[in-house]
Amino acid sequence: MNEVNEKSGAFEYLTTRKDELVGWARKFSIFPYPFVTACCAMEFMSVSSTMYDTDRFGAALPRFSPRQSDLLMVVGTITHKQAPILKKVYEQMCEPKWVMAFGVCASSGGFYRNYAALQGIDKIIPVDVYIPGCPPRPESVIDGIMQLQDKIANASHPIVNEKF
Amino acid sequence: MSQGLLERLRERLDGDGREPVFAHGLLAVQLPREALLDTVKLLKDEFGFDMFLDVTAVDWPKREPRFDVVHHFYSTHDHVRVRLKMAVTEADPVVDSLVDHYGSAHFMERECHDMFGIAFRGNADLRPILLYEGFEGHPLRKDYPKELEQPLVRYRE
Ligand code: SF4
Repeated sequence: MNEVNEKSGAFEYLTTRKDELVGWARKFSIFPYPFVTACCAMEFMSVSSTMYDTDRFGAALPRFSPRQSDLLMVVGTITHKQAPILKKVYEQMCEPKWVMAFGVCASSGGFYRNYAALQGIDKIIPVDVYIPGCPPRPESVIDGIMQLQDKIANASHPIVNEKF
Repeated sequence: MSQGLLERLRERLDGDGREPVFAHGLLAVQLPREALLDTVKLLKDEFGFDMFLDVTAVDWPKREPRFDVVHHFYSTHDHVRVRLKMAVTEADPVVDSLVDHYGSAHFMERECHDMFGIAFRGNADLRPILLYEGFEGHPLRKDYPKELEQPLVRYRE
């Protein structure tokens, strides 16, 4: 990319279309890694199986290796004892990656306010979507996934470097 | 039938500083901690209490001695339960371990040590089981600040 090209409108146009294209591809191929620790798991099963079916959003194929996934779904209570494991799993994921806090426990600690529970996973890793509810209704999970898709679609997606 | 067994057990245990009474359908025995091992041996060998259900403690912050250590036993043959209760002080919170009699004592005594800081003489492995290395204090004691957390991972800014 030389000086002349960068200033021209053609380049701007090209990168915007590229972001749109890549965003569109990425938002329909979310590979979730379910980090499931507690009772919210029941709701996770319900939302990922036939009745609600996150496959319709391209977000249903769970990868059980953090290295192959791009959405970390933190489903359930995270204790202080478990926090180092969650952090390690997050760090193993490749860019681009997104994090979903599923249920109030993951979002804020929920009603656990004691020596054991981490008061929200955003204390240790960045979070993109918070889904409230104890446990959340499948509809709210689907809403969360759609909001995340909007976020992905509207983001810029550098491929080579920060500029392109 | 089981009531008869508990009645016989109550008569057998009376004395030696032990006070057996019936409470909530089971036999509750208050005893001095020195009598624990003998009592457990008797329960297991003579009366067939083959299952060690749990050991826990009760914290009475204003009472001296401060803690009650509570054991529960169950007979899988007669389907009855027995509770043993011993008072221990805060300065010397030690009772004898049951690992020689019941294998499950290994884990339950570790938990009780985690939560209340009760030590078990004879249990060589009292590493944290529910808590983690580096945790200070005993969270189920009444004087543990109820919102005090001891995170292992440094928080983000
Ligand atoms: S939010 Fe509610 S359902 Fe979900 S893990 Fe916490 S307590 Fe369980």
